[in-house]
Amino acid sequence: MAEAAIAQRPAASATSVLSVKGLQAWYNESHILHGIDLDVREGEVVTLLGRNGAGKTTTLKAIMGIVRKRVGSVVFDGKELIGLSIDRIARHGVAFCPEERAIFASLSVKENLFLPPPISKAGAMSVEHIFALFPNLRERLSSGGGKLSGGEQQMLAIARILRTGARFLMLDEPTEGLAPVIIQQIGRTIAELKREGFTILLVEQNFRFASTLADRFFVMEHGRIIDTFANSELEGRMDRLHEALGV
Amino acid sequence: MALEAAVAAADMTSKDRRVSAIAFAILVALIVIAPFFAYPFFVMQAMCFALFACAFNLLIGYANLLSLGHAMFFGLASYVCAHAAKVWGLEPVSAIAVGVAASAALGFVTGALAIRSAGIYFAMVTVAFSQMVFFVCVEAPFTHGEDGIQAVPQGKALGFIDLSNPWILYCFVAVVFLFGFLVVQRAVNSPFGEILKAIRENEPRAVSLGYRALQYKLAAFVLSAVIAGLAGATKALVVQNASLTDVSFSTSGEVVLMTLVGGMGTFYGPVVGALIVIAMQNYLAQFGEWVTVIQGVVFVACVLAFRRGIVGELAARAKVSL
Amino acid sequence: MGPAVNIFGHAISMPQLYGQLLIGLINGSFYALLSLGLAVIFGMLTIVNFAHGAFYMMGAFAAYFLLQYTGLNYWFALILAPLIVGAIGAVVERLFLKRLAGFDPLYSLLLTFGLALIIQGLFQNFYGASGMPYAIPKQLTGAYNLGFMFLPVYRGWVIVASAVVCFATWLIIEKTKLGAYLRAATENPTMVRAFGINVPRMVTLTYGFGVALAAFAGVLAAPINQVRPGMGADIIAVVFAVVVIGGMGSILGSIVTGFVLGVVEGLTKVFYPEASNTVVFVIMAIVLLIRPTGLFGRAA
Repeated sequence: MAEAAIAQRPAASATSVLSVKGLQAWYNESHILHGIDLDVREGEVVTLLGRNGAGKTTTLKAIMGIVRKRVGSVVFDGKELIGLSIDRIARHGVAFCPEERAIFASLSVKENLFLPPPISKAGAMSVEHIFALFPNLRERLSSGGGKLSGGEQQMLAIARILRTGARFLMLDEPTEGLAPVIIQQIGRTIAELKREGFTILLVEQNFRFASTLADRFFVMEHGRIIDTFANSELEGRMDRLHEALGV
Repeated sequence: MALEAAVAAADMTSKDRRVSAIAFAILVALIVIAPFFAYPFFVMQAMCFALFACAFNLLIGYANLLSLGHAMFFGLASYVCAHAAKVWGLEPVSAIAVGVAASAALGFVTGALAIRSAGIYFAMVTVAFSQMVFFVCVEAPFTHGEDGIQAVPQGKALGFIDLSNPWILYCFVAVVFLFGFLVVQRAVNSPFGEILKAIRENEPRAVSLGYRALQYKLAAFVLSAVIAGLAGATKALVVQNASLTDVSFSTSGEVVLMTLVGGMGTFYGPVVGALIVIAMQNYLAQFGEWVTVIQGVVFVACVLAFRRGIVGELAARAKVSL
Repeated sequence: MGPAVNIFGHAISMPQLYGQLLIGLINGSFYALLSLGLAVIFGMLTIVNFAHGAFYMMGAFAAYFLLQYTGLNYWFALILAPLIVGAIGAVVERLFLKRLAGFDPLYSLLLTFGLALIIQGLFQNFYGASGMPYAIPKQLTGAYNLGFMFLPVYRGWVIVASAVVCFATWLIIEKTKLGAYLRAATENPTMVRAFGINVPRMVTLTYGFGVALAAFAGVLAAPINQVRPGMGADIIAVVFAVVVIGGMGSILGSIVTGFVLGVVEGLTKVFYPEASNTVVFVIMAIVLLIRPTGLFGRAA
């Protein structure tokens, strides 16, 4: 099953889109990340696994620059991101979809969708293409942002970041709290994005969902990477994973 | 977390107790020798404003409530005390008591309303009420508007302490000031004060632990109004008048400046700040309106670069609590 | 003497009533413009701009200076004064307020308060407490005879201009893309930054815009209220009360509250003149009792 899905996408190149070395981060006085090393290659879907509090979201936020106190190296597309402001990092082509989706309630769905300005040379994904990926959004354009269901919000959140034209997407628990039918829909959408050549760093607790999409996995615990393996090695790691994830 | 720590801190260490005692002894000593080095009149005025600043600091330093209209308590007590002494012929202690009662009442009414408002509105509400009191004082017959109440008699405190004797008056004012100062210090170091600080640190948590935050804040507000009133009433006897300046916006601004320069959230900061600002005003009086500008510049400079104030800075470096 | 009305034992003539209503609407115009500026600034910076009255005063003085030293008349002042004072506001935000962004909001409040002291002190130093005259522009002198009352042209203009600017601001914020950026950044500035938008610059410009609104009100006020250093301090307390009554949750709410309270104040002057100075504060006290977050405010 997983083999078939992965076989469909173009072969991932060896070039690293994102290379994180020795990343440490603090929230005020709390030392959350203790030296993260990970890399994501072009066209890959890499998943960060770990239980609550392991530091997965903090990792994404540290890459995005939202967590300000960070040390180490985050090289994206050949450029060092440590020390840059959030908007500079975004303009380099990094897109972030947070766990809480962050749909602006005081804006309509249409305003939410068209808010992000195109920031990369490739330009924003066209409106038609977005509606092809997320057909439900077309009917909900004039609704208030706060009136959407969880699944619709997630769709909108992903559609929104596609508008920037960024080719590297960081998705934080896109399936959290959603019904199985919606989860499948999101899975299909991410698979489609992968087929179109997007590079995706995915944070998920639901590793069955992740296993259908991910090429590689990193496992986090207490702010450290404790394991990394390719999708093909997943079967053999199940017991260790169950322990690490507490499921 | 903060609540437990706060309660633990209420049991002051012996080092804190020593520092506190020494600091107070120094304060008393300075007050005793001051009239030999500076005009007693100036020192008495400084003490009144220092007490006023201590009252203001109680709110901002320990309850995180910024009152930008505190002159209303200072000035109202000033007017009421002056009127009580001059028109009703009350002896000084009673006159002061009446003035303080007026401030307490005003503090209760305005506090009850101001504290209900969402945090951001608090300072605005204090400005609004203060302006209202100002307008009332302009119109009310007993205040004599622009002229103010002049020639307030100093009389005999408790019937026999003759306050028209400058030395006796000085002692009287010193006693009032030290009394007010100690009341504030005691309140802050008491369990009441610790709960207040816990509410400041993390209000939702304090509320979940069963503390009625609104009531504590109101109590702090009224206490602050009372001490400010005490300062204003005493001032009326010292300078022998009460005027619109006492309830004006500039007086409200001055007390903020004093506390900021001296050090918010310290006991001795407001005292030092009051001394500096009053000295600055006397020294710079020759420059007329530039005083306001200079005060504003000092204000902004402190907010940007010197937030702990003089005493705050000293206390932080010496790692003590002042 | 026109027809008279007898209300609460006072005999009021209709012209008197309309006259006071007019003054009430004019004051309401200033309250609306100023509380709108405060609400816009508060939305983006989450601070109350205590220097708002000072910038209003600067707007009036800017108009005076433009006329006095460059001969540029009222119509130029209407555009230039807000631009100049707004630019000063933007500089203040960039140099001072931004530095305090990470600290307790208390310090930003104190900073704007200190700024107000400096600005007012400076102007008081050079211009004393008395006012400088500023003439009503030629095109707006005279009055219309409406039959039931005389409407001075300038006063009508003030009301119309304020209403137009307020409505335009509301339109921009609620209906345009620029406004969408503002509303989004007010709600979640970090996320807006994550889309590549320079939010800190937006904040600076928003502060400048709020200040420019205050300055615009100042220019409108100059021919009516004279140009005095104390004019900001005189009006700011009432504006704060208006803001507390309206709540800062809604742009439209601030505008409506401003106009309505101005009219209420005007009417009080007719029926109960002694209370006209304090009626807005009394209403504030009542609102605090029944709806502490303000009539249009959103609960925190």
